[in-house]
Amino acid sequence: MRLNSRLGGTAAGFLATALVLAACGNDDDGGSGGDPEQNADATEVTLTITDNSIVGGKNSEGAEWITNWVIPEFTAMQAEQGVDVTVEFEENGVDDEDYKTKIALDLQSGGGGDIISIDGIWTGEFAEAGYITPLTDVAGDAVEEWDGWDQIPEAVQQAMTFDDEAYGIPVGTDGRVIFYNRDLFAQAGLPADWQPTSWDEILQAAEALKQLEGVTPLQINAGVPMGEATTMQGFLPLLAGTGEEIWADDTWTGATDGVEQVLEFYGQVYGEDAYGDPLLQQEAQGRDTSFQLFAGGQLGMLIESDYFWRSVVNPDGGIAPMANRDEVVGWAKIPAREPGAGLNGQDFVSMSGGTGRVINPNTEFPQQAWELMMFMNSPEAFEAQLAGVPRITPRDDVNATALAGDPMLSFIAEEVLPITAYRPALALYPEVSVALQEATAAVASGTPAADAAAAYQSELEDLVGDDGSIAD
Amino acid sequence: MLVIAIFLLFPAIWTLYLGLTNWRLTGLAAREPEFVGLENYTDALTDPDFRNSLVLTLAFVFFSAIVGQSILGFALAWTARKLRPALRSVVETVVLLAWIIPASVVAFLWLALLDRREGTLNALLGTDGTAWLLEYPMQSIIVFNIWNGTAFSMLLFSSALASVPPSQFETARMAGAGTFATLRDVVLPNIRGHILTNTLLITLWTFNVFAPYLITAGGPQGRTEILGVYIYRVALRDGALGQGAALSLIMIIINLVVASVYLRLLRERRS
Repeated sequence: MRLNSRLGGTAAGFLATALVLAACGNDDDGGSGGDPEQNADATEVTLTITDNSIVGGKNSEGAEWITNWVIPEFTAMQAEQGVDVTVEFEENGVDDEDYKTKIALDLQSGGGGDIISIDGIWTGEFAEAGYITPLTDVAGDAVEEWDGWDQIPEAVQQAMTFDDEAYGIPVGTDGRVIFYNRDLFAQAGLPADWQPTSWDEILQAAEALKQLEGVTPLQINAGVPMGEATTMQGFLPLLAGTGEEIWADDTWTGATDGVEQVLEFYGQVYGEDAYGDPLLQQEAQGRDTSFQLFAGGQLGMLIESDYFWRSVVNPDGGIAPMANRDEVVGWAKIPAREPGAGLNGQDFVSMSGGTGRVINPNTEFPQQAWELMMFMNSPEAFEAQLAGVPRITPRDDVNATALAGDPMLSFIAEEVLPITAYRPALALYPEVSVALQEATAAVASGTPAADAAAAYQSELEDLVGDDGSIAD
Repeated sequence: MLVIAIFLLFPAIWTLYLGLTNWRLTGLAAREPEFVGLENYTDALTDPDFRNSLVLTLAFVFFSAIVGQSILGFALAWTARKLRPALRSVVETVVLLAWIIPASVVAFLWLALLDRREGTLNALLGTDGTAWLLEYPMQSIIVFNIWNGTAFSMLLFSSALASVPPSQFETARMAGAGTFATLRDVVLPNIRGHILTNTLLITLWTFNVFAPYLITAGGPQGRTEILGVYIYRVALRDGALGQGAALSLIMIIINLVVASVYLRLLRERRS
């Protein structure tokens, strides 16, 4: 008993200390943005790049580029100017949600790398939380003077923009298409150069593929385990095909006709006809499994972004490499529900996202961090990176020559980006996205589309509350 | 004392404080901690997800630890003690391996075993295409946990059985007692304390287990979202750190209650 009271006293003492510390420790609002000129003339500088890539693992080619090109070249360039720069690279190879948590913790606590890669869709949320600040607040006028801005199309810049302020520089953009296996199509009597013009034609092709033994005809991401992949590679491109967007004219889209049509289509894919494998959408590792199935010739069609081409089935370092990728993998634009029914009356639609890099508002070396940012986004840097794996860069001047050798990426740049749409850069979006994932999960497991749409609508009402309006 | 203060008391008190705030890391309204009193606790108690997780955890602890691990651990210890010493150490080593291999590695082994398409289990049973992790998710992680933790109980019971005076076994044998009677009249009275100790330790251990996340990620549809996994989701996936801290404390309180019940039973036995 005496021990207990002594412990109690100690605990009370600590509690008081903790509360005092709590009060002090949170003066830092996680991103006040210091003085842009801080340490501008320093001759000894240390900078850290944080990215969700790791040599030999996730996005390996990006990690190799940072390690083998960016760091030595930038260090040498600075040495010529008499500045001794040490650039450290903090690698990560985790799923995007875990990475998001990690950097949010870093930024919230006033730590973290100086240059941090983020998914463009987190920009609004992080900006509202005060984790990141506009580039001009961090690095001052030098940001406005960068000539690279002229090379990045407005739509691509939007990925890293919130409330008309640029928070970062986009690293690239992407587009979504239907990838299909030409061998399986030939076996099913389908054309080698296939381009559906309506959802019905996708289902007709799925019906033909269904006759093949051991082949899942079509996989469209659904459900919560797939996370944002469900929304970006499934729900939103289909919604664009009904002529609607999830957020338009300052209004969220509730249980509209378009939302219901999309959910009905999910019901057709995963319902009685079973063109897709609904179990795969519930498995924790379902998306990776679908990649393996496609690479193994057991999956006919898959809606994915060009990431799939570059980093998944790439015979050279992909996570599910296909030695004969260039012959076997075909791609087609995602059709509207029927011709002319898509956004802006389009026949074909797509969705694009993008990642980018921000400067940590807590950096001790804002000027040098900005120099490193410019360096990483220079034409030379992109060319060095493209030597590894071609990808669509944000820069027109680089894309003009870089994609010539890759028909798939040229297709995205020339055919898909002009018709694509983007997600709303709003803090609420990630929550709405989860509500959409839940609706697709419900339909994939047998709930009628109308019920799932109604459940989504009430979920949305809870989320939006009194802060916005909902169209239904 | 200082070490305990830095690494134990301070984090605990910090958690206590955070549990009284609405601090969010990501998601809507990520913000600085604001004091909200007991709101997180009242939210938790009215949250169906939390209740679901609590029920799942109780079932998980009961079936995998109290029933599965204890009985299997005892059966193995009972069988092994009759083996020749050389053979016995082989058996003990094999069982121990399951415990020595990190749980995360074991989780991936089980993923491969239970895989729907190329899983070893379907190949062995001829149950082609059975999605064990989707159709029997809770059973799957219970079996995984039994496999992973049985060695501990086995070792504990091995030393318990070794402490039973051989003369008592001999007396039972002379009286013509069968196995069941021997267990009831000779073994049980001698190892009651060991049984309690085993149950206490594995209950606490299983309550706090996280490795099943690597197998099912709490799915499908939250059917394997035991407390550790649920708190991880709330705090680090949904970014509700204040809520997560409050849930952690609820978990600690449950652990303390469980531990004090067992300790009381142990004390009563001793006196």
